[in-house]
Amino acid sequence: MTKKSFRRAFRDSLPIMAGYLALGIGYGVLLQSKGYSFWWAILMSVTMFAGSGQYAGVDFMASGASLLTTAFMTLIINCRHFFYGVSLLEKYRGTGLVKPYLIFGLTDETYSITATTKLEDDINPKKYYFFLTALNHSYWITGCVLGAVLGMFLPFPSTGIDFAMTALFIVIMTEQWLSSKQHLPAVLGVATTLICLVVFGAQYFIVPALFLIAAELMIFRKKLDIPESEVAEDD
Amino acid sequence: MTDVHALLQVGVMAVVIAFTRFLPFLAFPEGRKTPRVITYLGKVLPYAIIGMLVVYCFKGVSVLSYPYGLPELAAAVFVAGTYVWLRNTLVSVFGGVAVYMILVQLVFAT
Repeated sequence: MTKKSFRRAFRDSLPIMAGYLALGIGYGVLLQSKGYSFWWAILMSVTMFAGSGQYAGVDFMASGASLLTTAFMTLIINCRHFFYGVSLLEKYRGTGLVKPYLIFGLTDETYSITATTKLEDDINPKKYYFFLTALNHSYWITGCVLGAVLGMFLPFPSTGIDFAMTALFIVIMTEQWLSSKQHLPAVLGVATTLICLVVFGAQYFIVPALFLIAAELMIFRKKLDIPESEVAEDD
Repeated sequence: MTDVHALLQVGVMAVVIAFTRFLPFLAFPEGRKTPRVITYLGKVLPYAIIGMLVVYCFKGVSVLSYPYGLPELAAAVFVAGTYVWLRNTLVSVFGGVAVYMILVQLVFAT
């Protein structure tokens, strides 16, 4: 069962491996260009494990931003994680000792897999989630360190390799679309984010988009919330 | 001195990021019953958030200047099309990356 869970997790993690190595290498190169050695790449990728957070973090460090500014900006950039947790409360229930690590490692990419995947009966969810999170973490650390150590000497024409992440999200969205009868949440997500991107600009659109999406989903609750037998009794 | 400050910054960022991830699990612990509205949001949010993440990936694309987002559009259509056809994640992701890299490096090279 462990072997099966690992194999399934490894298979699902392959697209993320490609994306994380690419994004991580880009990050390592950026870090070094600002004068921070690979020790910083290790430290940050191990303790933060957040793509956009770490990219922005290099700027805060290089510009010597105050701790308060650093904290506030990081909060803004990463508050979308709150919504990930909300939708994984049930799936991560009862995962015991590994639960804190699963929550710590809840990146966009890990979320996109764990929130949407349907596991067969012969796979242990707890082990699967753990392997997936740990594999992704290891890819990320490897990418960041590789970028910081070798990035400057390896003239690999890697432009565009970060499309792996985009492609993965498109695949997941297509799968959701094909396997679900209710398309309103997906449409709301895309349309609202697009409008916010145009209105608020590429730097600030995520936070308003998230809150608007949550608000819209509340407005359409009557239409979308088809009670399942287990939760239907009370209220 | 600047190294000490940067080190403190990394510490602050790590704590804040962990906080954003742990907050929902602390607010709605396993022992207690999660409010129905939260369960509902948990069920519909993944669909909306994946849509948001797809748009998020294209945030740097400019449709008003060359190459007008054409490489992204072509590669995205390739990914979705092959997935509908073959239902194979690896083929669509790695094929999509290959298509995109060829487009930006060779076809639409600036």
